[in-house]
Amino acid sequence: MTSGPTGEPAPAVLVEVIGLTKRFGEIDVLKEVDLSVRVGEKVAIIGPSGSGKTTLLRCIAHLERPTSGHVAIGGERIGEKLVNARWREMSDREIARIRTGIGMVFQRFNLFPHLTALENVMLGPTRVLKYSRAEAEPLARGLLRKVGLAHKAADYPEKLSGGQQQRVAIARSLAMQPRLMLFDEATSALDPELIGEVLNVMRDLARDGMTMLVVTHEMKFAEDVADRVVFMDHGRIVEEGRPHELFRSPSHPRTQAFLRAVVDRQAMTETPAS
Amino acid sequence: MSACLTVWGLLPVLLLGAVATAEITAGAFVLAALIGMTLAVAQRLHWYPLRIAIAIYVDVFRAVPVLTQLFIIYFGLTEIGIRLDPLPSAIVGFGINGGAYLTEVFRAGLESIHQGQMEAAQMLGMTRLTALRIVILPQAVRVVLPPLGNFAIGLLKDTALASAVAAPELMFRARTLVDKTFLATQIFTTAAAIYLAMSLPLGYLTRQAEARFSRGRR
Amino acid sequence: MTPDIFGESMPELLAAALGTLRMTALAFLVAAGLGLPLAILRLAGGAAGRLAFLYVEIVRGMPALALLFLIYFGLAPLGIVLNSFTAAVAAFGLNGAAYLAEVYRAGIQAVDPGQREAAQMLGLRRSQVMREVTLPQAVPVVLPAMGNYLVSLLKDTSIASLIAAPELMLRSRDLAGTYYLPMEFYLLAGAMYLIMAWPMMHMVRRLERHFARGRLRGGGT
Repeated sequence: MTSGPTGEPAPAVLVEVIGLTKRFGEIDVLKEVDLSVRVGEKVAIIGPSGSGKTTLLRCIAHLERPTSGHVAIGGERIGEKLVNARWREMSDREIARIRTGIGMVFQRFNLFPHLTALENVMLGPTRVLKYSRAEAEPLARGLLRKVGLAHKAADYPEKLSGGQQQRVAIARSLAMQPRLMLFDEATSALDPELIGEVLNVMRDLARDGMTMLVVTHEMKFAEDVADRVVFMDHGRIVEEGRPHELFRSPSHPRTQAFLRAVVDRQAMTETPAS
Repeated sequence: MSACLTVWGLLPVLLLGAVATAEITAGAFVLAALIGMTLAVAQRLHWYPLRIAIAIYVDVFRAVPVLTQLFIIYFGLTEIGIRLDPLPSAIVGFGINGGAYLTEVFRAGLESIHQGQMEAAQMLGMTRLTALRIVILPQAVRVVLPPLGNFAIGLLKDTALASAVAAPELMFRARTLVDKTFLATQIFTTAAAIYLAMSLPLGYLTRQAEARFSRGRR
Repeated sequence: MTPDIFGESMPELLAAALGTLRMTALAFLVAAGLGLPLAILRLAGGAAGRLAFLYVEIVRGMPALALLFLIYFGLAPLGIVLNSFTAAVAAFGLNGAAYLAEVYRAGIQAVDPGQREAAQMLGLRRSQVMREVTLPQAVPVVLPAMGNYLVSLLKDTSIASLIAAPELMLRSRDLAGTYYLPMEFYLLAGAMYLIMAWPMMHMVRRLERHFARGRLRGGGT
């Protein structure tokens, strides 16, 4: 499709995954995965554990090297470059440059414990983008305000709750002004009552037009926010489609089985007053 | 009783030796720490020959007694024309030996920092080297403080061996005095007491560092 | 070093190395044997516990060499005269006991107290709890540390050369003096220590890997 509903040209493709295969030892965790994400699109990736969804995300971030296939961000392959008509491995420096345009939020937050919340957010701009402190600080404070944690700027991560730490982590990634945000089960390590505050931040981000790839177990969130849902199982994309189509009437039997199990579980854990 | 009075009079000599002991300990500690830090970081760069060389250095210097290493430096090097004074050869000997030990300590410290820290730093666009410097190293320093403290205490005690190459430190002074006065029991007990007096404060500081580090944990 | 000198010296050096190994083994037995009651006393507390604590702190606060001189030279005026080998075994044994007492204590304390409580709730007596539940679980922590101690004990026996005990360092020193070849003989001695220590170091690493495998690894996907 090269034109949208009103006849304008559709947004450009930002992330292109082609024939991605990843092998760990004897096991193919990803098998010839193809995926295409447009600018401004929010894609939710769901599936059972071991389906390869996290590995897919990490390959896009080039935290794992694909066994075969490649990933391109904004038309540029990450991890490989063309040298004299041959594909050669990129240097650490070149990969780092590409990563400045990608933000990643981890399941375990990975905040830097020896820095305050503010310093965590300022680290990227000052050390990588070479902003001065005078330029970086207002930017960082603004982002902390945006995620609702302006009052915690001077606190160290150990003093913050899980939900607060994750929100700081999101602010930290946003400080780099990325064009793509990757979320690797961002709420899976959180106590249930803290999940909502993080999802709200992610919702705002989606509303602001960020291109997002979200690996998640939060089906309601995926249904609300995603433009497209991708279901993975055993290293392959089994089915993808618009949320209400995939969730209400999935076509593939494996998708059906997965959603049935998830809905049952979520129904059982839903508390009356939430 | 008169023996005790004699020992009291000999105390200044012993204390002079204690000063030299402190000098050797400090000098060797700095040398060992520099070697250890450099090699631990170098080992994380993905260059195979360098990693093998470092692994060999560590294994060899940890398998050979430090006394042997001291003798090689003080006596052995004279064969190829290098003649060092006792104090410098003690500092070099304990420093190189300690460097092998501290390489392992720093390596373990670096590895104890969760991989997720490096990944988060990389996703902010940092190269591995920058991430090491700004994110990993500051955290590793805290982890490494207790083992460093224990190393310093062990080093303090090891310097007694420098008496075998006539370095003018505490044990050497003690032995010389015993040769002259034959008051072995009193003099060696006093020397041991002085070592205790030096190592106990270090031990206390190390335990403080241990406690403070585990408090700051997640 | 000519092949002749090498040929003449090797038998002597090998015999001396045997002396080193004997000293190491005996001192290790003393240290391991004495260390356990010390650790248990420490853990039990009370007056005996405090005495054990004092012993450990004092012995660990001084160099092994100082202890060696005290035992060999310092006990003589008081009527206790030991030969150099025995004095060395005693000194390293007592020093090692203080060190291993701490290793044992750390290993025992590393076992989850919940384990002890569960065993007690099953009706086991304190000694049974120690024997059946605590000590077996302390082994993975203690064994590698004891292995490391054995390696450093092997190296420490070289110190006994300073009281002319019959071990490798003394012999190589004599030979270095006889032939005026310090570099060669000390390097040779170093190589022989390496050959003795390396199998032990390898075993310790294998032990550590073996025990690390069984432990839970907390990780994310």
